[in-house]
Amino acid sequence: MIDEKLVQLLTPEGERISHPQYESTLGGDQILGLYRDMVIVRRLCNESTSLQRQGQLALWAPVQGQEGAQIGAGRALEPMDFTFPSYREHGVAWCRGVPPEDMLRIFRAVTTGGWDPQKYRHSVPTVVLGNQALHAVGYAMGVQRDGAEEAVMTFFGDGASSQGDVLESFVWAASFNAPVVFFCQNNQWGISTPSTLQSKVPLYRRAPGFGFPGIRVDGNDVLAVYEVTKRALDNARTGNGPTLIEAYTYRMGAHTTSDDPTRYRVDAEVEVWKHRDPIERVKALLAREYRVKGSTFDEVNAEADLMALKLREDVLAMGPPDPISMFENVYADVHPLIEEGRREMIELGVSGSGH
Amino acid sequence: MATTSMTMAKALNEGLRRALEKDKKVLLMGEDIGKLGGVFRITDGLQKDFGEDRVIDAPLAESAIVGTAVGLAIRGYRTVCEIQFDGFVYPAFDQIVSQVAKLHKRSDGVYTMGLVIRLPFQGGIGAIEHHSESPEAYFAQTAGLRVVSCSTPNDAYWMIQQAVEHDDPIIFCEPKSRYWEKGEVDLDTPPHGLFDSVVRRTGEDVTVIGYGSSVKTILRAADTAQTEGRSLEVIDARSLAPLDLGPMISSLEKTGRLVVVQEAPNTASLGSELVATLTERCFYSMRAPGIRVSGYHVPYPPSRIEDAYRPSVERILDAVDRVMGYES
Repeated sequence: MIDEKLVQLLTPEGERISHPQYESTLGGDQILGLYRDMVIVRRLCNESTSLQRQGQLALWAPVQGQEGAQIGAGRALEPMDFTFPSYREHGVAWCRGVPPEDMLRIFRAVTTGGWDPQKYRHSVPTVVLGNQALHAVGYAMGVQRDGAEEAVMTFFGDGASSQGDVLESFVWAASFNAPVVFFCQNNQWGISTPSTLQSKVPLYRRAPGFGFPGIRVDGNDVLAVYEVTKRALDNARTGNGPTLIEAYTYRMGAHTTSDDPTRYRVDAEVEVWKHRDPIERVKALLAREYRVKGSTFDEVNAEADLMALKLREDVLAMGPPDPISMFENVYADVHPLIEEGRREMIELGVSGSGH
Repeated sequence: MATTSMTMAKALNEGLRRALEKDKKVLLMGEDIGKLGGVFRITDGLQKDFGEDRVIDAPLAESAIVGTAVGLAIRGYRTVCEIQFDGFVYPAFDQIVSQVAKLHKRSDGVYTMGLVIRLPFQGGIGAIEHHSESPEAYFAQTAGLRVVSCSTPNDAYWMIQQAVEHDDPIIFCEPKSRYWEKGEVDLDTPPHGLFDSVVRRTGEDVTVIGYGSSVKTILRAADTAQTEGRSLEVIDARSLAPLDLGPMISSLEKTGRLVVVQEAPNTASLGSELVATLTERCFYSMRAPGIRVSGYHVPYPPSRIEDAYRPSVERILDAVDRVMGYES
């Protein structure tokens, strides 16, 4: 059930609606930019699913349906802000400038990270649910101590909202007034666990109990997500403390490529959410209000196809790392067991073979 | 050499004070560490002198103490986390094992996890449940972590500073039963490297290795053994992960007999690791199998009977008798 408090600026049909506290500040070009981001990320996701089905990835965590939430949040960030994702934030990673092929390294099982988190100011994926929320708050406490005007945002889902670490991070953020935004994508399902089992109250309503505001936004409305996130980040940067944003959305695909959602949810539910697609409504708005032509949409699709082609090439070229690399960066300083392991592997002749 | 006599608690306090003075990025965080100075008073007076932003009184949640220290490390801070008691570290276990230990690797070396997790450990203070445990092996087995333990005030003073300066995450085990015992502290020169094992007493017949609270018990056993004409070489392991095997191997090549002492139970313990590794390295020097003197395989007992659980002088001497008994 969608709460009446839901912030929405664009209906599923692509009609603008007004909200007492928020209005869209974006012009046509910017909205077209968001549209382009969403189309590319969906294409990235579909290509990755195909790559997994063809045996080229060990696993993939689809983001389809959540593009509005992730692009809206990702584009609201300033370059110096820092983000702490879970493992499904491909749209946010795209906004932070992480190359698509780097996003897939962990899923091709050739690394346990994937990109330079300081370069993109986007931390490495966190698979243990909710751990990253505490990292974000700690980082934000560092920002506070540096006297910097930067915000920190962490991403997690309705599933992780039951984790102690997420709830502890709420306590910490409130007590220390940390410049952090908690961006919870409520995609309704934690594998087979419905969000109704995670919380007996709408998730955003938890925040006031911890001492900071919570807000529910239509996660499939990229314009609303952008404005809500922008304001929350501004509040964090200006010393006004944390915000919990619940982006109400839907995981259109499976939890991962290993999952079979037909065992636990009905088609009718998926059908309802198909009509709330985050991309279609923006396309309708662009066509009607900004007279964006079909050829422009075709160009965006072509760009997405080109990205997918390059992604496929890059992934297929991604061989396993030299086994000896497992000994790198375990410790910052020399360690006898690392040296011993490395020596043994060299003596066994395993190194350098690439297998 | 200017030395001054102080308790281990005071030595840790002075060491932390010096670490805070030397590097503005050093923070302390823990429960009750500010105004109260910590339940053991290790951080006494530090918040008053360095402020609430650097000596942070934490809400009561261990996972968050460690998890936020991870975020602070990513931002360039070095946080010394105080876990109030050994038995309260488990809520933070996930952050320590899943994140602290792995993030340097997962970020391809971009993140430096230079943080210290202080853990008052082992028993012997007559405490109630969950206040006397020896969880060091859980951490020693985890790649990415380092584990050390001090046994004297001088080591406490220097090792805590060395740990704070180190770029790897360090589980810093403090033998709380020795907090109030005094010793000489050299304020000018560190006695050893952070990861060195140290011969505390030279001897000829048996090599006895321990760490933390056990070192003093072993030294007492060595005194008694001496009166019985047996000469024990006592080694303080100090670094539990990685182990500094060099001095241990040299000693064992001389004595050929090994006893390891720990408060933790035997199974998959540091004692087991030491016996296995040293047997592998010193097989042809050994005249008897290595013997472990450990806690029993039971939950830490009520402290009214903890003396029967913790390795005593008598149990150490009994083990010495056993390793000596392998030769006629």
